[in-house]
Amino acid sequence: MPETAAQTTVRELTFGEAIREALAEEMRRDARVCVIGEDVAEAGTPFKVLSGLVEEFGKERVIDTPISEPGFTGIGVGAAMTGLRPVVDIMFGDFLTLVMDQMVNQAAKIHYMSGGTWKVPMVFRATMGATRRSAAQHSQSLHAWPSHIPGLKVVLPSTPYDAKGLLKTAIRDDNPVVFFEDKMMYRLKGPVPSEEYAIPFGVADIKRAGTDITLVATSSMVQVASGAAKLLEEIGISAEIVDPRTMWPLDEKTLIESAKKTSRAIVIDEGYHRYGVTAEIASVIAEGAFYNLDGPVKRIGAMHVPIPFSPPLEDATVPSEKQVFEAARQLCGKS
Amino acid sequence: MTTATQRPEVNAALTKEQLLRMYRRMYSIRQFEEHANDLYLRALMPGLTHLYEGEEAVAVGICEALRPDDYITSTHRGHGHCLAKGAAPNRMFAELLGKEAGYCRGKGGSMHIADPATGNLGANAIVGGSAGIATGAAFSAKKLGNGRICVCFFGEGALGQGVLYEVMNMAQLWKLPVIYACENNMYNEYTHYSETTSGDILSRPAAFGLPAESVDGQDVRAVHGAASRFVEHARAGAGPAFLLCNTYRYRGHHVGDINREYYRAKQEEQRWSSERDPINILGDWLVQQTLADSAQLERIQTEVKAEMNAAMEFAIAAPYPTVDEAEQDVYA
Repeated sequence: MPETAAQTTVRELTFGEAIREALAEEMRRDARVCVIGEDVAEAGTPFKVLSGLVEEFGKERVIDTPISEPGFTGIGVGAAMTGLRPVVDIMFGDFLTLVMDQMVNQAAKIHYMSGGTWKVPMVFRATMGATRRSAAQHSQSLHAWPSHIPGLKVVLPSTPYDAKGLLKTAIRDDNPVVFFEDKMMYRLKGPVPSEEYAIPFGVADIKRAGTDITLVATSSMVQVASGAAKLLEEIGISAEIVDPRTMWPLDEKTLIESAKKTSRAIVIDEGYHRYGVTAEIASVIAEGAFYNLDGPVKRIGAMHVPIPFSPPLEDATVPSEKQVFEAARQLCGKS
Repeated sequence: MTTATQRPEVNAALTKEQLLRMYRRMYSIRQFEEHANDLYLRALMPGLTHLYEGEEAVAVGICEALRPDDYITSTHRGHGHCLAKGAAPNRMFAELLGKEAGYCRGKGGSMHIADPATGNLGANAIVGGSAGIATGAAFSAKKLGNGRICVCFFGEGALGQGVLYEVMNMAQLWKLPVIYACENNMYNEYTHYSETTSGDILSRPAAFGLPAESVDGQDVRAVHGAASRFVEHARAGAGPAFLLCNTYRYRGHHVGDINREYYRAKQEEQRWSSERDPINILGDWLVQQTLADSAQLERIQTEVKAEMNAAMEFAIAAPYPTVDEAEQDVYA
């Protein structure tokens, strides 16, 4: 993490605390930043990520809404165009389906359709991720959807450090940014410097250096890839983990360079692999590193089923360390 | 034929200058639309466009009650709103033709004209699509304390969209300065609104506690009077309001909707244009009141025609954007 090089004071924060700290710091810095969504004020969201914000900033800036996702998202779009910088809270990423018109037809297109005259500086914070036993309508990872739309930027942090630095960049960006938080990571701890920092979009991070195979992993799949990398190390395979951090803009250069170096690549993402993020990244690598590859680029994503409720079924739908280990072992020709 | 159920008293004193300006603006919109139709028939305009003829008094009466820095959102049938808020016809024609000189550098077209300089947040091609944006503009106006209000124009077709009710609810909860201006031109595309709209329209905003009125949308003075009261209400911090303007769309849903007798009779169209034309209604009244004579009105018409011709010719002669424009302005 080169961004930490100059930092001195580093604390351990959870993923959720890092997000809250980013919001609080940006709200202190810029009076135009406000939070809009369901149960964001006193409740601090069902995940308690926003606890304490309303006490510091008041109900004028931390605004509880009715259960009207299209309505309050649309209000966010209009408010962003006219002088505020709203952070809209989409409690479950599954509810992005409800706000598609506001996000895709309105927010994403307004700058372009208006010939560059209006801007929409807003953030959609949405959760993602399965295995919380929440069943098919509260467990999806739908980040491929906004990644498909010109005009949106899409962020998937995998550590508390990245979450804080990327959220600050998202809030300062003059475009609509969709920020996905894996709800299973809210309690994940990691080092976060107390000093000011922001992480630019479009810069992948090499979470682990290696020489034999590239594991491209997003969000919580970085942990899965890390577990697999340890298992691979035991059988003599050195895996490099590359976290793109932003789906768009996408740091194609770092992905391609890593694949060229290792000559093998697997892309791991919790969204559906069919027509998903893994497909896009795999094709970027295949096109950019083709002559350096020793095998096809492999993809591992969520099983192509609605997320089932029953724990053994649900667990089987998401990529696992074992799955990644096996795929990597085969790709490296190790028995 | 539906006309106003209520004719609110015109309590905002209109000066002669305002009345003549409204006359000129309505006539400008009429001429703009005639020229737009002409551009379509001459195959000079790419795609289709939705004409506002017959509804001019709604946009003009409401916008006359606004400040230049107030916001509006518009619809796919938006030329009238944009012109009434102060847009320049030459840049509008240029946008209709996809030219670089257009309000959106040719990237938006007829259904997406937007202009920060006149507070126009944009026309919107999703029916009801601007309800959230308009309410959000009112939300920031209130938070920033800049005294602005927003008018959300939409057709009665948008009454079918759920998001409208979500934002009306929030606007009233938070007392946002937004006026929902429903233009009931009686047809959701090719379907009479009675086939799509249950109950009483005004009962819907009333259920959220919004003051709601119906007005004769062909009488620009009545529209202006009702709008002025709601503008004052919103500006004073008393919250949103709903203005139902009963009007009529002279032409088809779009310029290509020529054979439309399967959904409405020619006699109905003729009755509206001969008996309920908003420009004639104001013109006759001005003459009756001796505020203008017919020669004066004809002079305005001649001037406007010349202006619109020049604006259209400007657009026809204007260059297209260069192809590299396609990838510009995707991100700010």
